[in-house]
Amino acid sequence: MSLKAFHVIFITAASTLAFGCGLWLLRVYRSPEGAASDLKWAVASIVCGLGLLVYEGFFLKKLRKESFL
Amino acid sequence: MEIPYTTKPRPDTGLYNAKVGIWLFLASEVMLFGALFSSYILLRVGAFVENWPHGLLNVPIGTVNTIVLIVSSITVVMAWASLKMKNFGKFKFYQAITVLCALMFLGIKSFEYRDKFTHYEVWKTDGTRMTGHIEGKPMFLTLAKVKAAGKEKIGFIPDPYHYSASKEVKHTAKEHPGEHKTVEIAVSEIKRLSAFVPAHSTYFAIYFTLTALHGLHVLGGAIVIGFLFGPGSKMWHSDPERFTNRVEVAGLFWHFVDLVWIFLFPVLYLL
Repeated sequence: MSLKAFHVIFITAASTLAFGCGLWLLRVYRSPEGAASDLKWAVASIVCGLGLLVYEGFFLKKLRKESFL
Repeated sequence: MEIPYTTKPRPDTGLYNAKVGIWLFLASEVMLFGALFSSYILLRVGAFVENWPHGLLNVPIGTVNTIVLIVSSITVVMAWASLKMKNFGKFKFYQAITVLCALMFLGIKSFEYRDKFTHYEVWKTDGTRMTGHIEGKPMFLTLAKVKAAGKEKIGFIPDPYHYSASKEVKHTAKEHPGEHKTVEIAVSEIKRLSAFVPAHSTYFAIYFTLTALHGLHVLGGAIVIGFLFGPGSKMWHSDPERFTNRVEVAGLFWHFVDLVWIFLFPVLYLL
């Protein structure tokens, strides 16, 4: 597996973490202990996740000639 | 004699030597970290909830470190891509940022460690427990050392709540933070005193094992990437293809180190 393929896996894992944190914070926000800052950080996490996916698309486009092996 | 397949792939594996080597090494690393992760999960599942420290790690600092490592993984791959596009200047730029990110990660981690070494838990003889800081912020203090110093009392600044407190108590303490007042605790009333060091509990033992091992990998990766940025980069002028492969292999190791952190962060800081 090349660095290109490993990078795609890594960025996918990182965006999954960002989305997971975002959803978890939204759940905390909706609970009785929720605070406004939880919503703020949830949105920030989801935006980060989306940003990483956009970057992944850009990366794959830029290195489309490189092998995944 | 020339070593074969340092740049061209072997016909049977389709890979050059160094790539086979690094993946074999990373397979052994997966087993090492996998065993430690499994140990952590089994110990946590089997522990009493009130004895398992939770919420003691600084989540914003951990988040910053996660962002630093994600940025470094982007720069390390950009450095490799720059070499593929024959742009040595850009490679140097991205490689330097990667080394800086690695050093920043280690700096933040050492700050976090220092904070743990000055944060204490006191087990009193009446069965109550509290966490907080000792006046003067000493490191690695134990009850034996306090007794040896001949002290009869210690000044303690307790945290708003103990980690075993209920969700409601923690929520109230966060909503209405009181003043941090110093309380005097008689040494005769202390059953045990420990900083948040490996000896404190199973949690901190495995926390330090995992994060220190990961930190050593970050340091090792930073040394290799630093070498390829500095003296090792001479190879670009004599054997550019082989040098590009070296950078790719270093990048694969760096991605593994970053991926470990992507699992470590939620497991240790959030769950």
